[in-house]
Amino acid sequence: MPAQDIRELRIVGFLCNWCSYGGADTAGVGRFTQPTDLRIIRVPCSGRIDPLFIVRSLLNGADGVLVSGCHPRDCHYAEGNFYARRRLELLKRFLPVTGIDARRFEYTWVSASEGQRWQHVVTEFTHRIHELGPAPSFNPMSEVDWNALALQAAQGQGCPCHG
Amino acid sequence: MSQLDDLKSAIKDRLGELECVIGWEQGYDALHATPLFIRTEADLDRLVIGPLAVHNLATYLTAYKGKKIGVVVKGCDSRSVIELVNENLVNRDDIVVFGLCCDGVVSQPKIRAALPADPGFVESVTIGTDELKITVAGQTVTLKKSDVLADKCRVCQHPNAIIADVLIGTKQNPAGANSLACQEEFEAKSDAEKLAFWQETMSRCIRCYACRNACPMCVCRDYCIATSRDPLWLSQDNSPAENMMFQMVHVSHLAGRCTECGECERACPVDIPLMLLRRYMNKQVKDVFEHQAGTALDQTPPLFTFKVEEERIHERGW
Repeated sequence: MPAQDIRELRIVGFLCNWCSYGGADTAGVGRFTQPTDLRIIRVPCSGRIDPLFIVRSLLNGADGVLVSGCHPRDCHYAEGNFYARRRLELLKRFLPVTGIDARRFEYTWVSASEGQRWQHVVTEFTHRIHELGPAPSFNPMSEVDWNALALQAAQGQGCPCHG
Repeated sequence: MSQLDDLKSAIKDRLGELECVIGWEQGYDALHATPLFIRTEADLDRLVIGPLAVHNLATYLTAYKGKKIGVVVKGCDSRSVIELVNENLVNRDDIVVFGLCCDGVVSQPKIRAALPADPGFVESVTIGTDELKITVAGQTVTLKKSDVLADKCRVCQHPNAIIADVLIGTKQNPAGANSLACQEEFEAKSDAEKLAFWQETMSRCIRCYACRNACPMCVCRDYCIATSRDPLWLSQDNSPAENMMFQMVHVSHLAGRCTECGECERACPVDIPLMLLRRYMNKQVKDVFEHQAGTALDQTPPLFTFKVEEERIHERGW
């Protein structure tokens, strides 16, 4: 089996160190099966997550972004996720005007003991992204670009990404 | 003209105690105004106000922090002053606000579109109550003011300066409409249509940062993350995605702070409708936090604070 399944999509997860990252770990220790499309980035706190991290990921070609932190009132730093909640909610509501499908971004709260909930969140979100399919690129290739690439491939030079 | 005379005498009274007073004067031709920095009484003769005085002069306030200066503001500009004061970016005691009661300013792109040919150098403009008479190359064209009014003025809820040490003119009524047809039309489009729109529009962007520099709330100046190398938020690549990313930086840094003065869109040399993004964000802020930036003193921007129980944020079912 190839290391990278061609049907996999790129989902970026920003997880807080204290709850959701622990929750994902619990899910792993408990051997709960879950889709493998998610690439996890561990951050100290959901309050560390600048909404621009999410926008940057989406514009750079991520098919989905999942943010998860401690449940409100359970923040390790007392109030980080309260700020995060406001920022993330605003981003979620703002995305539609940019033409990026707001369903490609989700935020939620998972605690370190909620391995099963983590499994549920990842599975649901991955299914949703698979239903939406690969995200349209913000920098579309023109027909000229595609033709040049096809010509290059026909001449046996391969494409730039695979040599 | 009495409004202008009142303003001049009000400025003359306070000029002695101030470093300068920021107003407007005629620009390179009769159709354009430009900011005027009044330091002496002689400068006062060049002062103009009216529908051509489009600039939001609150943009200059942070550059003068620590000095006592005066500023002439329209209703919309006064919101920027309030927001700057609320965020401690300027000291209220250091500024003298000359507030105007404004009956709307023009949109230069709309004038350009309404004139038969590219105006080039405009010789004279006569401003009536409902119309503008513009003389170009010996020909006079009459435009209805309502046709060339800036978008923000069509939905203006604060025509009179909210904060003012001296309020000049007779109070105007707020506009009846509270939403713009162009905004509603755009929001009704599908995601794919909006994406195609921004791809096309952002490919025009030359990343001159005029929108940022004209913005009264963009106060980072030399420390803007858009131009920092470390961290490198934006590459020099001038692709639609990078240009869009810059707009996202601007919008997100102004979330809950934007006073909708429209300076970004006005400053844009390639006429990108940036206010579509700003107005949409402000609508969300109003929906979630019941907050409108710069409408009252002693407000805290919603993202600077939080509530333990948010009435209007409901976790989505998982």
